[in-house]
Amino acid sequence: MIVADQKSLKEILEMVQNHNKILIIGCNGCVTVCNSGGLREVEILSSSIKLARKKQGSDIEIDIKVLERQCDLEYIEEISDVVNDYDAVISMACGVGPQFLSEMYKNQTFYPGLNTTFFGGATQHGVWEERCAGCGTCAIHVFDGLCPIARCAKSLMNGPCGGSSNGVCEVNKESECIWDSIVRKKMEAGKLEDLIGVKGFKDWRTARDGGVRRSVREELVKGTI
Amino acid sequence: MSKLKSGSNLEKVLKAGHFAFTGECGPPKGANVKYLKEKFQYLKGNVDAVNITDNQTAVVRMSSLAASRLMIDEGLEPNFQMVCRDRNRIAIMSDILGAHALGIRNMLCLSGDHQTFGNHPEAKNVHDIDSMQLISLVKMMRDEGKFLNGDDIDVAPKLFIGAACNPFADPYEYRVYRLANKIEAGADFIQTQCIFNMDKFRDFMKKVVDMGLDKKCYILAGVTPMKNAGMANFMSKNVPGMDIPDSLIKRLKGVKKKDQADEGIKFALEQIEEFKEMKGIAGVHLMAIEWEHKVPEIAKRAKVLPRPAV
Repeated sequence: MIVADQKSLKEILEMVQNHNKILIIGCNGCVTVCNSGGLREVEILSSSIKLARKKQGSDIEIDIKVLERQCDLEYIEEISDVVNDYDAVISMACGVGPQFLSEMYKNQTFYPGLNTTFFGGATQHGVWEERCAGCGTCAIHVFDGLCPIARCAKSLMNGPCGGSSNGVCEVNKESECIWDSIVRKKMEAGKLEDLIGVKGFKDWRTARDGGVRRSVREELVKGTI
Repeated sequence: MSKLKSGSNLEKVLKAGHFAFTGECGPPKGANVKYLKEKFQYLKGNVDAVNITDNQTAVVRMSSLAASRLMIDEGLEPNFQMVCRDRNRIAIMSDILGAHALGIRNMLCLSGDHQTFGNHPEAKNVHDIDSMQLISLVKMMRDEGKFLNGDDIDVAPKLFIGAACNPFADPYEYRVYRLANKIEAGADFIQTQCIFNMDKFRDFMKKVVDMGLDKKCYILAGVTPMKNAGMANFMSKNVPGMDIPDSLIKRLKGVKKKDQADEGIKFALEQIEEFKEMKGIAGVHLMAIEWEHKVPEIAKRAKVLPRPAV
């Protein structure tokens, strides 16, 4: 899923400081699963903003709503009747949400309530970790199910670098050195030969480096299925 | 003598069978050419080639390419270091051509310290290719006269290709195979990370020799003289992939503070003596970090002077 963290209350208060009536929109997709932009978080943010503004002596009116997904036009349309009743709107979705909303409702101001961080999953309750860099050319099988593009700080195709120590990445003591894990897994499985030789140059055109990406399913566009 | 790959002094020294002695010099945090030239003078005549570091520890300094050329002007031979952190393949190939055009004949291929360790941690890194691929790229440009896309190069860059090896990083059992990969990719010479744990290094070199890697590539052992016990302690705790035995820290602490620098040099000299005899070792790479002025003394006491004229 797409993982996101909430922006600080301070930053959000600054965004809406000149507004007196706002709408906060959550999303039932990824950000609900990673507990950053679902109903609960929307309610808490709403209360926090109201409380802070009350303290400042400038009350604010806030309505809340949670859409099924903010990355889908049909759900975005659900707020068409009310969206212009507000001074501004905070989207509690990943970075797609505020953009889809802005594209559909050109006269409204949408603020991002979250910082979108990575593609990943929960490794334990309350902890999410990155697993995918969305490079567009998946070769996870080559590395026995562990992606060095996303999980090595230097995206090395031929690791580990000289900073690997006790299975930990030198850049962040909380991160495993994924190359240590790849090498150990290969060696334990008796597949050392997989690590002999140079892994070739990566074609980054399918990653963000090739420009903004687009995915087209002709059969769906044409309506043949 | 068969044809030289680059014609560099370092290549000739190694090829002639001499025990090589290389040094290291970090460019200044500024355009201070005077300061750089002063540092060069400590190295001149005392080493066969000098590594010019490329924004080491990700701290911004004068470019290694420019400093390498300044070194040539002063009559020394640079070993131009290049990291993959700051350049994509376009800039890398361009700088390789530029290096050759400027008279540079040695190049050390590195991934580069991560920018979060440096003085601009907000920077975006590149890592379009890694150090292993960089080695193969330089070899391809030199031996096949081709760019990565297969296009012909008009005057191919002739560089003696260097690579790094850290036997003290993990997983240890794999390190010798990674070295083999670097040699297979095209490394002509290897400079190891600073060695302090001699027991472990002896074991590593046995594996290297058993695999016959020393016959395919010149291996230079990395030596860094400790300035004092505090430096040893700091490096032990804070530099990842650095293996400093407690016995060395104890040894440095065992002498008076004013004598610790000399004790550090003594340990380095003992290492150099052992490396001279160690099977598979073709020379020493002396990394006297911000201690260039000590190089003449160390070279003299290590009895590696005069450097061979080849």
